[in-house]
Amino acid sequence: MHLSYLFRGGLVSPFALNRRGVLGMNARNVNYIARYNDRDKYPIVDDKLNTKRQAKRYRIPVPELIAAFETQPSRRRVMGVIEPLDKFVIKPARGSGGKGILVIVGRDGDDYLKPSGAKVTALDIQRHVSNIHSGLYSLGGKPDRVMIEALVDFDPVFDKYSYEGVPDIRVIVFRGYPVMAMLRCSTHVSDGKANLHQGAVGVGVDLATGKSCHAVQHGVRIDQHPDTEMRFSDLEVPDWKELVRLAASCYEMTGLGYLGCDIVLDRRRGPLLLEANARPGLAIQIANGVGLRTRLEHIEKMDLEQLEKGVDERVAYSMDYFAAEPMG
Amino acid sequence: MSPRAQVYILAALLTLMGAGLTIYKNVELGFPLLPGEYRTVWTIEAKVGFTADGGPAKAALTLPREQRNMEVLGETFSSSGYGFNIIQEDDEYRAVWAKREASGPQSLFYQLDVHQTPGAALEQPLDMSTKVVKPLLAAREQEAVRQAIYSLVDTARQRSSDTQTFTTELLTALADRRNQDGNMIFGYYKDRSFVDVALLVLAAADVPAHRIRGLYLEDDRRRMSPEDLLEIYDGTRWVVFEPQTGSPGVPKNFFIWQRGGKSLLDVEGGYNSRVTFSVISNDVPARDVAMLSTSQEKEALVDFSIYSLPIEQQSIFKLILLVPVGALVVVLLRVFVGLRTSGTFMPVLLAIAFIETQLLTGLSIFVLILILGLWIRFYLSRLNLLLVARIAAVVVTVVILMGAISVISYKLGIEQALTVTFFPMIILAWTIERMSIVWEEDGPYEVLIQAGGSLLVAVIAWWVMTNRYIEHWTFNFPELLLVLLGVIMIVGNYTGFRLAELARFRQLVR
Repeated sequence: MHLSYLFRGGLVSPFALNRRGVLGMNARNVNYIARYNDRDKYPIVDDKLNTKRQAKRYRIPVPELIAAFETQPSRRRVMGVIEPLDKFVIKPARGSGGKGILVIVGRDGDDYLKPSGAKVTALDIQRHVSNIHSGLYSLGGKPDRVMIEALVDFDPVFDKYSYEGVPDIRVIVFRGYPVMAMLRCSTHVSDGKANLHQGAVGVGVDLATGKSCHAVQHGVRIDQHPDTEMRFSDLEVPDWKELVRLAASCYEMTGLGYLGCDIVLDRRRGPLLLEANARPGLAIQIANGVGLRTRLEHIEKMDLEQLEKGVDERVAYSMDYFAAEPMG
Repeated sequence: MSPRAQVYILAALLTLMGAGLTIYKNVELGFPLLPGEYRTVWTIEAKVGFTADGGPAKAALTLPREQRNMEVLGETFSSSGYGFNIIQEDDEYRAVWAKREASGPQSLFYQLDVHQTPGAALEQPLDMSTKVVKPLLAAREQEAVRQAIYSLVDTARQRSSDTQTFTTELLTALADRRNQDGNMIFGYYKDRSFVDVALLVLAAADVPAHRIRGLYLEDDRRRMSPEDLLEIYDGTRWVVFEPQTGSPGVPKNFFIWQRGGKSLLDVEGGYNSRVTFSVISNDVPARDVAMLSTSQEKEALVDFSIYSLPIEQQSIFKLILLVPVGALVVVLLRVFVGLRTSGTFMPVLLAIAFIETQLLTGLSIFVLILILGLWIRFYLSRLNLLLVARIAAVVVTVVILMGAISVISYKLGIEQALTVTFFPMIILAWTIERMSIVWEEDGPYEVLIQAGGSLLVAVIAWWVMTNRYIEHWTFNFPELLLVLLGVIMIVGNYTGFRLAELARFRQLVR
């Protein structure tokens, strides 16, 4: 987070934040993550290979897994897997914060191409695999597993809202009820990354309609994408209800009460679950311009009968109850 | 019970326990709450001198009784060539020196260190004889003295209401040079001291009394003779009087050596025997006094604590005990401020290194090693090494850098840089590795932020850990760690906003 952006405009009173129902990091950790997320369910989301396996069991669509290396693979084995591929993604199974993800979008002779156009040699890829396996990107430096995924064939609907990078949709699901959603669009400043603190645009998405209701870059409200100059008010996520339903069904899949689902839109297959997160960040509040706490507390007040409803009923309830106020 | 209530109850229990132990150690064992407190310790030396006859010699010196407001920290006897022994006689302790053959002037020494504590000087009741032996003044020539004594007693009795006021009256009358009766008595008992005469008159008045021998503790006094006080029994309890002024109570600074009883010194096989005292005062750190005074009773709290370790280990523990304080600083900065650091507790290790190296030297060495290490690491990353091998290579590089910094700075005459060895090498290597990944993935700006954040936290932790009060408390009251634990548990339950969040979420309010 750039310090200049952090301190421009000074501080606000914590009571004002409280009145607006904003959720702070400490409250998130103590009141939601510690209370609603059982530790023994963390491995399901912390290891992306486990997530994929579990998602298959619950018939939740995910990007196709091409190969996974449990142990340090031989050079020939890695080459055997990537040789026939044009587009693929190499990921650490237990990476945190999007670290260690290598995206290959094409070939140039013997070299591989990154989305930015930079060339990567086969040796670089082998080193990357070896780094992942040694635990360079995992928490605490534990040895990790390497997964090679098919590159998602992104739905072109967001092409004009994203610069270089991959737009994904984050939905916060609390006790099975989707409570808030945002679209993360990379920019030139964010260097193709979808991290809000690196300068990506956070677009709040109205749970009721899938339309943009608010957009923020560097903590400042904007109306159009800084690079493509497309107006966010025209943005609408296709297959919205299906996407929200997918997010809500992750509750059954993971058993986690407080959950963030990262979803991408595939041109042919529709919404795919990229990963789930047991400690989703709080930037979604900034993107939506709305506090999370009020919504979470509303669900905490529900009775048991309401909490045991099926996915469709929960989705219908959330889309109705958490509809955004008209843009103004 | 909800987890939150459990946390509060546990934290309260821990805090109470820690605070209770601390207060106990302060109040009962005298450990000072503030650093730099000094207590006055009096060193009293009794010198027994006599001229030996040439045959067997034996000297017996009455040792001081236990006195409630004077704490004996230690005693030493010196007796070259003498056999030495402490015996108990009635309820007194006597030091006995003995030698088969001694001739010429002899000197024996007994030395003790005492420390004044608040409280009453003497314990009550005292099991002492209240028998009165009336003076025998039957002879004719003694008639006048007898008259004078009884006249004095009668006057004093008329002017008083009870034994205490009576004694005061009697003593002031005796001390009054213009009093005819008094002069008469002293004229008869020319060779007797004031206290002897006062005891005689008190006996005539049927008041049980005895003498108290002791010393006034004043700095740098030599060759003092013991001073006497009077103690009388008023029917229920014993009361001490200063004989010359007649005021009741043990004077401040008075160290009681002998209470009632017989002679102070007995010498067999010698003559010209005498005891002289010298007194000097030392200002000693309050903690040392507390340690000395508890060592005798072997208080479990002190005996099973860090103080029982050898000094060298104690000084290591001094550092280790500061780690929790550093951890608390990190917790506070994380939870209340929201500072980002590279590695949660890495700043604490840095702060400990800073304690050894001094702040500025430590900071510059750290930055230097980090920059050089990052530079070398960038080259290493091009060599396609496995991760573990690469980190090991960075460790070796860090060690070589440390050696180089030490040698070069020593040649240049900058000796502070020799303290470079205090830096935790493995931690440094990992920090370099992490930073270089952050550099590759998030750019140099993020490296600056994280390194800066870590350094800021380390400097704040260093500042707190080198505070002399904190140092004093952690080392002398390790039980305060329980309080610290309680505080950390309570902080771990804080659900309010962090300072950084007040800026981060400000758009949500407008």
